[in-house]
Amino acid sequence: MNKILAGLLFGLFLGALDGATAAFYPETRNLMTGILVGSSIKGMLVGLLSGWFARKVQSMKWGIAMGAALGLLFAFGVAAMQHEHYLEIMLPGFVTGGIIGFLTQRTGTPKLAEKREA
Amino acid sequence: MDVSDSVLDHLRHVAALPDLSGTRYELECEIGRGGMGVVYAARDRQLDRRVALKVLDAALAGEAQLIARLEHPAIVPIYETGELPDGRAFYAMKLVAGARLDGYLGGSPSLGERLRVIRRIGEALAFAHTRGAIHRDLKPQNVMVGEFGEVYVMDWGVEAVAGTPAFRAPEARLDRRSDIYALGALIEFMLAAPGVAAAPPALRAVAAKAMRADPGARYPDVAALLADLERFQEGLAVEAWSEPLGHRLQRFASRNAVLLWLLAAYATVKLALFFWQTR
Repeated sequence: MNKILAGLLFGLFLGALDGATAAFYPETRNLMTGILVGSSIKGMLVGLLSGWFARKVQSMKWGIAMGAALGLLFAFGVAAMQHEHYLEIMLPGFVTGGIIGFLTQRTGTPKLAEKREA
Repeated sequence: MDVSDSVLDHLRHVAALPDLSGTRYELECEIGRGGMGVVYAARDRQLDRRVALKVLDAALAGEAQLIARLEHPAIVPIYETGELPDGRAFYAMKLVAGARLDGYLGGSPSLGERLRVIRRIGEALAFAHTRGAIHRDLKPQNVMVGEFGEVYVMDWGVEAVAGTPAFRAPEARLDRRSDIYALGALIEFMLAAPGVAAAPPALRAVAAKAMRADPGARYPDVAALLADLERFQEGLAVEAWSEPLGHRLQRFASRNAVLLWLLAAYATVKLALFFWQTR
C-alpha cells in the first residue's frame, strides 16, 4: 500500500472518529451527519497531503509536524466557515493531524521502494 | 638464577623461535598462542608491512587452506601460506590492530555495541557454515575488535581442536550446532561482562536456547539465531522466549511510545474542552 492511500484511509477513519465525538455535546446532535461528512473530508485531505509529504520526506518528526500543521490549517478553515468554535475545532484537528502524519510515516511504502517493487 | 641459567633460557627462547630464513618475513615478536600454533608479529620485507604469522604443526597445514577459502569481512584474510626450513607450515595473515574481545569488553561498551559485535561474529559463522567449515573453538580470545570497530573471527579450527570448556558444546562430535552453542556461550559471556546493568531476559533466553544440551533443541542454524537477535533489536518478541503479559505490554508501549503520547494528547484535549464547555 502506498503512503498516499494509507494517508487517505487513516484520514477518513480518524476524521470520522473525531467528528463522532461531537455527539457528546447535546447541541450538535442534530448536525451530526454534516459534522461527520465534513470531518471525514477534512481528515482525508490531511491524510492525502501527509501521505504525499511522507513519500518525499522520511522523517517521523517532520511527518508529525506537517500533519499537525495541515490539521490546524484545515480545522481553521472549517471553524472560519462557522465563525465560531475555533478552539473546539482547531485543537483536536491539530492533534488528529499529528496522528495522521505519524501514521503516514510509519506505514505504507516510500516512493523509492515503490519504484523498486515495480 | 645465575648467568649460565639466563644464557640457557635465552638459548631455549631463541631455539623455539621459527626460522624464517628463505621467507620474505622478518620476525618481530610473539603475540599469542592459538589452537595448534603460535602467532607472531612479523614484517613483510617485500611489501614493507606488518603481518601476523601463524606457525603450525606440519600435520595441521590444512587449516590455512580452510581459512583461505573463507573470504568474508569478519574473517581475517590469509595473504600467503608456506613451509619453514624445519618443515612446519605457516601462514601470513592480516595483523589486526585492536583488542581481543575479552579486552574490548573491559571498556564497558553499550549493549547495542555488544549486539553489533555478536551479529558480526554470527555472520562470519553463518558464512563459514555455508562453505562447509566450522570454527570448533569460538571464544572471546579468538575474536578481535579492530580500532575502527571492525570484528574479526580468528583461529578457525581443525579436527584436532577440542574446544575450550566454557564454550564447548557437550556433544562428542562437533558440528555446526556446536558453533551455535559456542555463540550462545559468547552472548552469555558478553552480557555478563561489566557495563550492562541487567541483561534483558529476551537476550538471556536467546543465549540459553543456543546453549541447550540437546543439539536438536538449539537454533537450527546461525541465521535463525541472528534473526532472533534482530527481532530483539527491533523491539519484537523473540522466538526463544514466551514473554509474560506485563513484559509484552511494556514492549508494546516502548515500541509505540510516540503514538501513545499523541493519543494521550488527543484524549487530554478532548476532555479539557468537554469540561471547559460543561462547567
